[in-house]
Amino acid sequence: MNTVADPLRAPAATRLPVADDFPILARPVHGRRLVYLDNGATTQKPTAVIEAEARFYRESNANIHRGVHWLSQHATELYDAARATVQRFIGAARADEIIFTRGTTEAINLVANTWGRKQLTAGDEILITTLEHHSNIVPWQMLCEQTGAVLKVAPVNEIGEVELDSFDALLSPRTRLVAITHISNALGTVNPVAEMVAHAHAVGAVVLVDGAQAVAHQAVDMQALGCDFYAFSGHKLYGPTGIGVLYGRAELLADMPPWQGGGDMIRTVSFERSTYAEAPQRFEAGTPNIAGAVALAAAIDYVQALGMDRIVAHEHALLEHATAALSAIPGLRMVGTAAHKAGILSFMIEHIHPHDLGTILDSEGVAIRAGHHCAMPLMTRFGIPGTARASLAVYNDDTDIAALVTAIEKAQTLFGTRKRP
Amino acid sequence: MSAMDGNLRELYQEVIFDHNRQPRNFHDMPEADHHADGHNPLCGDQLTVYLRINNDVIEDVSFVGHGCAISTASASLMTEAVKGKTVAEVEALFKDFHALLTETPPERDFGKLAVLTGVREFPARVKCATLAWHTLHNALIGDHDPARTE
Repeated sequence: MNTVADPLRAPAATRLPVADDFPILARPVHGRRLVYLDNGATTQKPTAVIEAEARFYRESNANIHRGVHWLSQHATELYDAARATVQRFIGAARADEIIFTRGTTEAINLVANTWGRKQLTAGDEILITTLEHHSNIVPWQMLCEQTGAVLKVAPVNEIGEVELDSFDALLSPRTRLVAITHISNALGTVNPVAEMVAHAHAVGAVVLVDGAQAVAHQAVDMQALGCDFYAFSGHKLYGPTGIGVLYGRAELLADMPPWQGGGDMIRTVSFERSTYAEAPQRFEAGTPNIAGAVALAAAIDYVQALGMDRIVAHEHALLEHATAALSAIPGLRMVGTAAHKAGILSFMIEHIHPHDLGTILDSEGVAIRAGHHCAMPLMTRFGIPGTARASLAVYNDDTDIAALVTAIEKAQTLFGTRKRP
Repeated sequence: MSAMDGNLRELYQEVIFDHNRQPRNFHDMPEADHHADGHNPLCGDQLTVYLRINNDVIEDVSFVGHGCAISTASASLMTEAVKGKTVAEVEALFKDFHALLTETPPERDFGKLAVLTGVREFPARVKCATLAWHTLHNALIGDHDPARTE
């Protein structure tokens, strides 16, 4: 990947006609055009999503599953419709396999605290990979402390891929749970999830997939993946913060105890004993983020109207263009060059710490992430404290990549380390 | 030149680059009688500060670790600034230096430390500039939990 970009061979950078849909992109930062390349952290929101959330509060706000009054029934219908939208979006067999959570982190913790506490005992094994985000590491470490289960970690190779052979070598009849990321937030590696699920199922393990970085960037289908649990956040999918999803196969959910107790998750309550509602209500104690769920459905509608095929084609072409453009900068080293990658570019600049780079890029209006990306064990694997990360979304185009390159060159000039290609 | 470019030049002065490229007192110290670790979990910066104190005076000070240009240069400049001072003088200097970066700048001659004044315009980077000082403080009071800037 270290070849100098050849403009004739570099793939044509594409553009989707969406910039006008995202009002925040019109605001300047430090007097410059905002070049937002921190989409792995959170995406910006289209007007359709902002309006959907506002419209809910303006026209439809009431608590759900409570009132006999019209507005409550209306709000309940919208909330249930949002669940059905999520179900269709990820190809779940049933709407009651969709549990609304605060986000990916809460979804993973829900599985650890319900399925995990009930099912795991001392000596059982949980298999994760070196690619995982802290939110797909720490809940399992906590579960291991509670149950005596053992955490195993599949390694990654030099280019940031989990090789199936080394993954398989760690699977055994003791493996009760496999928890893997769909797409690495730090490197962009796309895991061969369907194969990993099949191999894990062959030893009888249950599989949870962290889809936080995947759902906005490729079609995701529960039947094709075959996984048992799938977790994602709304805010990385052009939706609001504070809303996310746990998909769980109906048979597993039926056997899982509740986690948080409260209203809406019960069937009957007496001071002697309470009985619990079926899934998904059993896992949605208290008043949920109703407006967030409605706005998440609007975000899914937005993505589907745009067309996932077009999004994939656009982001893939832009990734190739950006990879070529960045690789042509002397002193820049890409970290994570997996054969199958999504729109995430992690890199180091010789003699410039990622944090300094982040500050200088920001002065040019270019927003990237600098640091360990909540994946400290992965950074340790590569012997680096962190990287600079540019992550792509539907509204990015070649002018954003050009601005990124110019800003990196400015940093190199400031640090006195710029070399001509 | 935009206001932001001016701020950036204030932040990244030549003295900062010099101390980042060639940090002073950058070595471990087997004979140290005080030491502490510092860690900024948000950005991964990590350092250890070593001290040799005699009669309440900092006779020698050094550090090792890795971090951004601001944190490395600040640690390097700190070691130069505190050598030969009493413990009380160093603690007072830390308090004033922190105020220099975050509050109304106190009346005092900061010497070379003044080159870090540019950090004021970058609130996200104050932690980088103060990590070494928090670590030094922990070394002085004998706190062996890693210093944090939060």
